[in-house]
Amino acid sequence: MLAFLTSIGYESWVLPTLLALPVAAALVIVLHGSASKGEGTGGLDDAAAMFPRRITLFTFLLEFVVSIGLWWVVAPGETGFRAVVDLPWIRTWGIHFALGVDGISVMLVLLTTFIMPLVVLGGWTSVRTKLHAYHALMLILTAGMLGVFMARDLFLFYVMWEVMLVPMYFIVGIWGGARRLYAALKFFIFTMVGSLLMLVAILYLGIKAGDPATGIPNFAFDQIFAAAAQTPQGGITLSWFGIFVPGSTLLFLAFFSAFAVKVPMFPFHTWLPDAHVEAPTAGSVILASIMLKLGTYGFIRLAIPLFPAAAMSPGMRTGIIILAVIGVIYGSLVAMVQPDFKKLVAYSSVAHLGMVMLGLFALTRESVQGAMMVMIGHGLSTGALFLLIGMIYERKHSREIAAYGGIAKVVPVFATLLTIVALSSIGLPGTNGFVSEFLVMVGSFKTYPYMTTISALGVILAAAYLLWALQRIIYNPLDKPDNTHLTDLNWREIGLLIPVLFAILWLGLYPKPVLTRMEGATTSFVRRVEAGASQRAASLPRGIR
Amino acid sequence: MLLQEATRGVHPLSGSIAEWVWLIPLLPFLGFLINGWLSITSAAHVGPKDPSAAGHDAAGHGDDHGHDSGGGAHGDDHHPVVRHKYAGLVSIVGPAVLLLSFGLTLAIFMAMLGVSREAPFVRTLFSWIPAGDLHVDAALQVDPLSMVMTLVVTGVGTLIHLFSVGYMQDDPGYPRYFAYLNLFVSFMLVLVLGASYPVLFVGWEGVGLCSYLLIGFWFTDKANADAGKKAFIVNRIGDFGFLVAMFLMFANFGALDFLGVSAAAPGAGFNSPLVTTICLFLFLGCAGKSAQIPLYVWLPDAMAGPTPVSALIHAATMVTAGVYLIARSAFLFSLAPVAQLTVAFVGGLTALFAATIGLKQWDIKKVLAYSTVSQLGYMFVGVGVGAYTAGVFHLVTHAFFKALLFLGSGSVIFAMHRAYHATHNHDDAQDMRNMGGLRRYMPVTFILMWIATLAIAGIPVFAGFFSKDEILGAVFARAHESTLAQVSWLGIPGSALLFIIYAMGLTAALLTAIYMTRMMLYTFHGPNRSGEKEQSHLAEAPWVMTGPLVVLGVLSLFGGWLNLPALLPVGPIGVLDHWLEPVVGTATNAVTGGAAEVAHGTEWALIGAAVAIAVAGILIAIVRLKPERLVPKAQAPEEHGIERVLLNKYYVDELYDRVVVRPTVWISRNVLATGVDEGIIDKLLVTWVGTGIPRLFGWFGSRLQSGQVGTYAWVLLIGVIAVLGAFTLR
Amino acid sequence: MLAESLALSAVLFSIGAIGVLTRRNAIVIFMCVELMLNAVNLTFVALSKVYGMAGQVFVIFVMTVAAAEAAVGLAIIIAIFRHKQTVNLENINLLKG
Repeated sequence: MLAFLTSIGYESWVLPTLLALPVAAALVIVLHGSASKGEGTGGLDDAAAMFPRRITLFTFLLEFVVSIGLWWVVAPGETGFRAVVDLPWIRTWGIHFALGVDGISVMLVLLTTFIMPLVVLGGWTSVRTKLHAYHALMLILTAGMLGVFMARDLFLFYVMWEVMLVPMYFIVGIWGGARRLYAALKFFIFTMVGSLLMLVAILYLGIKAGDPATGIPNFAFDQIFAAAAQTPQGGITLSWFGIFVPGSTLLFLAFFSAFAVKVPMFPFHTWLPDAHVEAPTAGSVILASIMLKLGTYGFIRLAIPLFPAAAMSPGMRTGIIILAVIGVIYGSLVAMVQPDFKKLVAYSSVAHLGMVMLGLFALTRESVQGAMMVMIGHGLSTGALFLLIGMIYERKHSREIAAYGGIAKVVPVFATLLTIVALSSIGLPGTNGFVSEFLVMVGSFKTYPYMTTISALGVILAAAYLLWALQRIIYNPLDKPDNTHLTDLNWREIGLLIPVLFAILWLGLYPKPVLTRMEGATTSFVRRVEAGASQRAASLPRGIR
Repeated sequence: MLLQEATRGVHPLSGSIAEWVWLIPLLPFLGFLINGWLSITSAAHVGPKDPSAAGHDAAGHGDDHGHDSGGGAHGDDHHPVVRHKYAGLVSIVGPAVLLLSFGLTLAIFMAMLGVSREAPFVRTLFSWIPAGDLHVDAALQVDPLSMVMTLVVTGVGTLIHLFSVGYMQDDPGYPRYFAYLNLFVSFMLVLVLGASYPVLFVGWEGVGLCSYLLIGFWFTDKANADAGKKAFIVNRIGDFGFLVAMFLMFANFGALDFLGVSAAAPGAGFNSPLVTTICLFLFLGCAGKSAQIPLYVWLPDAMAGPTPVSALIHAATMVTAGVYLIARSAFLFSLAPVAQLTVAFVGGLTALFAATIGLKQWDIKKVLAYSTVSQLGYMFVGVGVGAYTAGVFHLVTHAFFKALLFLGSGSVIFAMHRAYHATHNHDDAQDMRNMGGLRRYMPVTFILMWIATLAIAGIPVFAGFFSKDEILGAVFARAHESTLAQVSWLGIPGSALLFIIYAMGLTAALLTAIYMTRMMLYTFHGPNRSGEKEQSHLAEAPWVMTGPLVVLGVLSLFGGWLNLPALLPVGPIGVLDHWLEPVVGTATNAVTGGAAEVAHGTEWALIGAAVAIAVAGILIAIVRLKPERLVPKAQAPEEHGIERVLLNKYYVDELYDRVVVRPTVWISRNVLATGVDEGIIDKLLVTWVGTGIPRLFGWFGSRLQSGQVGTYAWVLLIGVIAVLGAFTLR
Repeated sequence: MLAESLALSAVLFSIGAIGVLTRRNAIVIFMCVELMLNAVNLTFVALSKVYGMAGQVFVIFVMTVAAAEAAVGLAIIIAIFRHKQTVNLENINLLKG
């Protein structure tokens, strides 16, 4: 396979193509949209409405097919970036269009290209208005998310980070539920505040890394890392408290504010339930499956390795781990009492992502691999949960758990699939959930035994909230008369869930191919951070350590 | 890893049929796939192409639509009329895969008989979770212990599958039932065959899942769905303990497979806090799965499932997994006497506690459920005091006679149900007050049930006598000389505690004899209370159900021959002892210190005491209880005093509900969700502070903007003066 | 001669400034502004004696701009008067926040 890929020069064009395809498709859809003015029904019989659907689906399928070769490009044991592209973009500011994937990012790129066709299919009939704009936004959004995962230039990273923000705002704000404007604005402001602080830090680092003779900054990852390694010894003394805050800590906090909101970590999570609840199915799935991972990806790619000493200083590390564990327990408890199924899943995301943060900051090879597995697995199972909720919502127009009950009788296929997906979210062995959470906890236990034990209580709570919800939706007496008219899933819906189920079981039963592909990158991440943390700690004056 | 490789290379079983051990769990899994496929295809009505549009249609032509899709929803699961269209195929596939597994197990067992069994044979299939220092292989382990368990699971499992063919024949969810049952057996086999703790854990959670699905099999009844959920969540509390134990093992021993842990564990030291902690956490897992205090509450509720499920999962196999786990981890437990005493004490306490509740239950399955909890306590006493063989022995005999009891009660319920169904009576078919005198209608079940009752009560020659006696004898012997007798447990000397446990065991045996006899008397003796019309419909179940009962009856009768004590040489002595010697021998010796068992005279006295107690219990029940005086459930008076407390199971469920469940939900809802999330974070921080501070600045700024040009001019002047002044003064 | 000219322009400027700050009538303020401009013009002319012709050129510029300003300013004041029947600045506060 690799020989074939080399023969077509795969590595040299794959990443730019992945970015260019959705943008081009979005242009085509916008042009078609402005040409066809007629307002149709938006249903499956509306030819003008089918055009953006078909083009988008085709584009995403093509993306997936194109991206699949990366699986062979990033072979097991690979530690560095592959499929590297580096073009000068804005010369006077030293900004490059630099792309590349390693074992960490390739999995997230593949997750994105895998999920997106399903997202389009999931909203195939439920979205019926402004279809051209909807699909164009989704395509741009995809380009933004892929760009973040692929970027090897800090400025490009930031641009892509903001590019994906705007389409999401519109997707929630236009096609969302009743309180969509509130949710969209909340989402936008939360993420914007964080990312602006990050922008300041990025500019600072870029100038630091630049050429002092010409004054041209440099944003390439390699140079940025080198510059961050020699961040100034200086900092700010808060004379009131008698605390000296090193510069690297300030910079870390700037990145932290952007990523922690996105993750979302407790207590920056309240935008998530609102956004999830109000977003259309596609928005929820994208948010849960991919966008939340951008936050944790930011930590593993930038925030932690850039400032290992600051991130792993005892106070900071313990603080973040405590927030992560609070997230696990708190998210589960709050999820338990939600009357709205989407909100329940949103809070369960808070819990799962808390697990990721625990794994990343526990900093063992097992826990970091586990964190990556949770990121992938959560993308699959929570994405599937939102798809399923969307499907039943399309029939019943209610997300209230109390509105259902006993529907396993009328919609057995839906009930079966919901059960399997929920079990994977609970972390049943044999599904991805177990492998990932087990790895996180078994690894974290080495460095933070008590915190890990507390977070393991989340295992109990996860079963409690999901099974309780499951019981109230598909089991119990079928006592609401209009529920007897529910129709079961159709072939499109079953078909789009089958790949997810397959992936869930595959990652649970034979995760080795994925684990070995990430091993090189995660190991070098752990080594680099460990080395950086100890080295910097030794070089700092005594009082600061 | 190295050790494993070494044993693999030279193991006498390599290359033999044991290489195919992975087929044992795979066959039932294939059965699950087939039955599951049949179930879902027969139930599914694939929806319309455009569900949104359909939703609008449904509003308009609600009736048409309802008729269309509602056809799949049958009226009431309990009163079905037609057999499932795939019933024939399912009836063959379901039991057949089990039979094949059983055959394969027998073949491997035969192969093992001829070769040295010192080292386990590990069949590594593939690398499952390789990450960092962690390497978990999907590997199965063939050794004497896993073979015993596999034989029990597949053997008893096959019988129960056959029984189910008759019992569930008219249920509309027939293929679904067999799919779940096959899946359960598959996971159970992974549990007993797994070569490492994580693989065992796969089976461990998997059987929990199947238990959940099968308890809630008739899910349209809220009570059943509740019971299934309760079982899963309580089990999860135990699983938490299991997980933490695995984390501790990996962090300290660097391995999670049995061979690796057993090689590294002695390095931690005898009676070290580490090993004790690991063992206690493991035991938390066992307490969840095997329904010990304080996590026993799910098992009685689990009787909501179909009766063969109760027999297979909640009596014979799954609930004994905790006992298996401790026997499997014997190398750890023998290093931790304090943990062992905890296991034994909790086991003894559970045995006694559950037996008292069993005295006053009216539901025939509830009696058996508490009896199961009590007998599991016995097993834990056995493995707790380091008599691993005795514990496993009781596990095996209990699987025989308790499966028999449950299936017997199943055929009683089946008969009662059929009679009530025929007469359209909606009374409780499981309440013993509605039965009575059934020996005239169901003679075969009657005789077999008595065999099982005598076995569980501990009457000589029946299976339970030997296993129970061996456990009690071991407790007595350990109290005199063992590592356990020398440590103190919460300030109590070990030997004293062991005597207490012995006394609890004897008392529990007395109570067991009483409540089992009570159950038999009320069910089969005395006059019939089912009602005039119903009596003509009461009859023995079909052969497909009584056949397995007969086999189990024979096993309950002769199961004791598996491990005869040296004192009663009526056959080969200590077969199971010899068989399990390679697995638990070292660990047992570590506890006993190689000391001989008690003297013959003492042993005779112990046996005598146990038999006397059992006979006394039966006699007390016969003398004190008068089935003639019993009235049907509908007319029964209310109980008072201690009887009421026992009937309500000491109100433990209510206690847990008030102390754990409701406060958790209340805090989550009112403190966390409403208070912290919506109140502090969203209202206070986001709305008040987040939008409040910008508003404050805005308000202040807008006050400056008075609109009075004169004011502006003054400000301008003052500014100019200030700037000029600053320059001048500098 | 120079000192007297500068003193006169300072006095004129101060009178204008005080007028701008203390009066309320838009017309009067406008006149005062003109007064300040002309005080500055006087300074320019006086100082051009010392520094050369540039000052006088500036005066031409200022006068041009002042003429334009007078035209626009008076027009605005008349428009305000038409609208509000007053040119008292205390009543004209549409720009307040």
